[in-house]
Amino acid sequence: MSIKETKEFRKQVVKDVLDIYPEKAKKNREKHIAVKDDDDCAGCAVKSNAKTVPGVMTARGCAYAGAKGVVWGPVKDIVHISHGPVGCGFYSWGNRRNLADGEIGVDNFVPFLFTSDFQESDIIYGGDKKLEKIIREVVELFPNAKGVSVLSECPVGLIGDDIESVARRMSEEFEMPVIPVRCEGFRGISQSLGHHIANDAIRDHLLGKGPGREVGPYDIGLIGDYNIGGDAWVSKKLLEECGLNVVNIWTGDSTMEMLQNGHLVKLNLIHCTRSMNYIVKHMEETYGTPWLEFNFFGPTKIKESLLKIAAKFDDSIMEKTLKVIEKYEGQMAKVIESYKPRLAGKTVMLYIGGLRPRHMVGSYEDLGMEVIGTGYEFAHKEDYEVTVADLKDGTLIYDDVTAFELEEFVQKLKPDLVGSGIKEKYVFEKMGIPFRQMHSWDYSGPYQGYEGFPIFAKDMDMAINSPTWKIIKAPWTK
Amino acid sequence: MINMKATTKATTAWLNSEEYKTLNFAREKLVINPAKACQPLGALLCALGIENCLPFTHGSQGCTAYFRSTLSRHFREPVAAVSDSMTEDSAVFGGQMNLIEGLRNAYALYKPEVIAVFTSCMAEVMGDDINSYVGLAKHGDAIPKDLPVALGHTPSFKGSHITGYDTMFKALLEVLATPREADKLNDRLYVVPGFDTYPGNLREYKRVLKLMNAPFTLLPDNSDVVDAPNLGTYQLYPGGTPMTEVKDALNAKSFLFLQSYTSMTSSKYVASKEVSTETIPMPIGIKGMDQFIQAVAKSTGLEVPDEITNERGRAVDAMTDAHQYIHGKRFSLFGDPDLLIGLVSFLLEMGGLPVHIVCTNSTTPFKKAMEALLETSPYGKDATLYANKDLWHLRSLLVTEPVDMLIGDSHGKWAARDANIPLVRIGFPITDRVNLHRSPIVGYTGVINLISMIANTFLDDVDRNSPEATFEMMR
Repeated sequence: MSIKETKEFRKQVVKDVLDIYPEKAKKNREKHIAVKDDDDCAGCAVKSNAKTVPGVMTARGCAYAGAKGVVWGPVKDIVHISHGPVGCGFYSWGNRRNLADGEIGVDNFVPFLFTSDFQESDIIYGGDKKLEKIIREVVELFPNAKGVSVLSECPVGLIGDDIESVARRMSEEFEMPVIPVRCEGFRGISQSLGHHIANDAIRDHLLGKGPGREVGPYDIGLIGDYNIGGDAWVSKKLLEECGLNVVNIWTGDSTMEMLQNGHLVKLNLIHCTRSMNYIVKHMEETYGTPWLEFNFFGPTKIKESLLKIAAKFDDSIMEKTLKVIEKYEGQMAKVIESYKPRLAGKTVMLYIGGLRPRHMVGSYEDLGMEVIGTGYEFAHKEDYEVTVADLKDGTLIYDDVTAFELEEFVQKLKPDLVGSGIKEKYVFEKMGIPFRQMHSWDYSGPYQGYEGFPIFAKDMDMAINSPTWKIIKAPWTK
Repeated sequence: MINMKATTKATTAWLNSEEYKTLNFAREKLVINPAKACQPLGALLCALGIENCLPFTHGSQGCTAYFRSTLSRHFREPVAAVSDSMTEDSAVFGGQMNLIEGLRNAYALYKPEVIAVFTSCMAEVMGDDINSYVGLAKHGDAIPKDLPVALGHTPSFKGSHITGYDTMFKALLEVLATPREADKLNDRLYVVPGFDTYPGNLREYKRVLKLMNAPFTLLPDNSDVVDAPNLGTYQLYPGGTPMTEVKDALNAKSFLFLQSYTSMTSSKYVASKEVSTETIPMPIGIKGMDQFIQAVAKSTGLEVPDEITNERGRAVDAMTDAHQYIHGKRFSLFGDPDLLIGLVSFLLEMGGLPVHIVCTNSTTPFKKAMEALLETSPYGKDATLYANKDLWHLRSLLVTEPVDMLIGDSHGKWAARDANIPLVRIGFPITDRVNLHRSPIVGYTGVINLISMIANTFLDDVDRNSPEATFEMMR
């Protein structure tokens, strides 16, 4: 098919899929889907950050998921209380791979679920007294905890509890931060508002309120890296090889002090802008701390990013960085050489959260693969603007795609690989289509940096070329 | 603000001390690592067991994302369920528009034969009148007037996943089953598995019932939904109890409930419709399965075939073969009430010693039943049931009163690691091992599987930790 035919075909696919919806839902959904068309990109800007159509199968989560699951949960020396009924805490317990190093129960509380386990009486009489008692019990049982965060679940906001005043009182009594986070699941329309609320809570309760520190000439912060499968650790190592000094990570494997001192660096590097742009902008405006977006997925983007970062420092850093790039480029060329013959020309469709629907494109292209469809669960307008600019002509773009749409798109576009989440994984595997979870790295990783790329390449090769796909059809079936 | 404490008090050694255990057990409100999920997850799992039934959450969309992820991680299968995505404006104006539009869109996309609506917290705190909203949806042609819509009230702040299952099951019967009529009675035994996350268990029940030649319906039956074959196509509704048999449920010859605490409400409902019902403990272990076989034989009037007697004999043979690896070993267990009754009963049959039994979603009837069970055996005398305690309590127990093995779901892996004992994964969710849900733990087959898991785990440990001098070929 020529590119023109490809675009026509994909536009028709979109039209056919939308036709099944009732009128109102169709009108809504058609604004969220587009085919990139270099000849006429008036319609390329998809609508985003809007309410999900009721009754469809959305992959989206809620504000609590964004605030607790993403931003606060990885901070290891703070006890995070899932405040409300048991469910939300239970489902977000151990289900995100934000690795943390520390003694469990002593100075690392990441693998825990702390819940106030609301009962009907708490709904009727309110949960503030219970919360106070819970915080007292936390302090007694975990005396090394540097602070407590209170992450509200839906009922807390609906019954009018005043967690702020409980937090204030407890904070004064125990002389440590007790941070109320109003991330009830009904707020906003996705995880996204939860990220924002969580950022605001860091700003209001921790940032600039710590012991402080001297800022060295090469001190930097790594913002919006949640250390999935150890990603932040390899990024930190790489930056340190270049002569920089990573003093803060937000929030993968991070500590409360790192959050307090986030502004005390020469430069903040931000990976997941979607979840943490709010706070880097705040640090720039309030403390003059500059920030820079970067991308550590795949050697092409890593090189670009390292050069961009090094340019912000003196020549000694640039010199080291060039040496680092030279050292690893050779290794990466060998990785590409060994995997490319099996992966070149293979097509991919992605549907993920935060930054990955655009950040991962380069790492596939480094392996000779082509991303033919991509979309975000909870992106905003600016995310799509930078994404669309980077995509190839004819790429299908879908925002908050419903399970129904994604299934249809994949069946029509027939990619060689789908990269999405756990809820999507087994649907496509049942269709016989290779799949990788791109939130959790399918329990593999890290994928970032020069250390991560060979693992990424191996995993994509394994998924696409697994002999298991070839035996789905029984020899006696037609 | 100065937030560093003057002294660092906590150490791992302190966490492992008697002093800490006392403090830990003195806590009244804080819950740490509970072994229970919430009601709507159970409701969803129940709904998956009915053919062409679409699970539908009325509440925040995050809830549904959590249920689906959690179930998919355990079963490694797609889990189809929709939400009506209530947001802040629904908190002000109620969830009526969301429910009606949600039903309209869900029906248009997925053409279900029945929709199982269950609530999450938000709708219940607001007191949404979902019954009248569904009426409006039908009146306004959002969905066909004759489309059955079951309604379950399942907030997370009441009960746990097992009561949610019970509530949804009753709601499905209410909307789907036609009234019992004397001239329409069928000859089938309706078998209700309860909240069971082992499709292997459900298949085992069906296999044995077929061996017995019993006319039966397993209801609900999600085995083909959460353990669907890979045939190269994705099916939204790959199985479930056939609708005709669901409709005919109250005309059953009798009902047999295979779990007690997941069917407290639904079994009463069925009995109130003049249907003969019996509830037996989850058929784990020889005695448990004997009760199942006897109950089936009694209610159907069928003879027990020799093949079943021989199966039983093979399981008993496996027990005598392996008793030396389990007899006298000390166990800690945690999980749902029905599972615990079954597993403890099995251990007692093997001469194993249950020591700590932790049940976060315990109830008074369960506590009594467990204590009565422990009374029946000399091997039960060292056991304590820790009702409504959590896995952080369990950790204190494991490090101060050591045992040889922990039995429970994947959440037990931290406590087991801290106590340096093996964890045999039984329960829900199991997210770090493959295929365990496919092998039954019930029935005589389950007896053999349980012995293999427990005895071989001990033996693997012996081999891995033996010094050369005692590293032997035979074990």
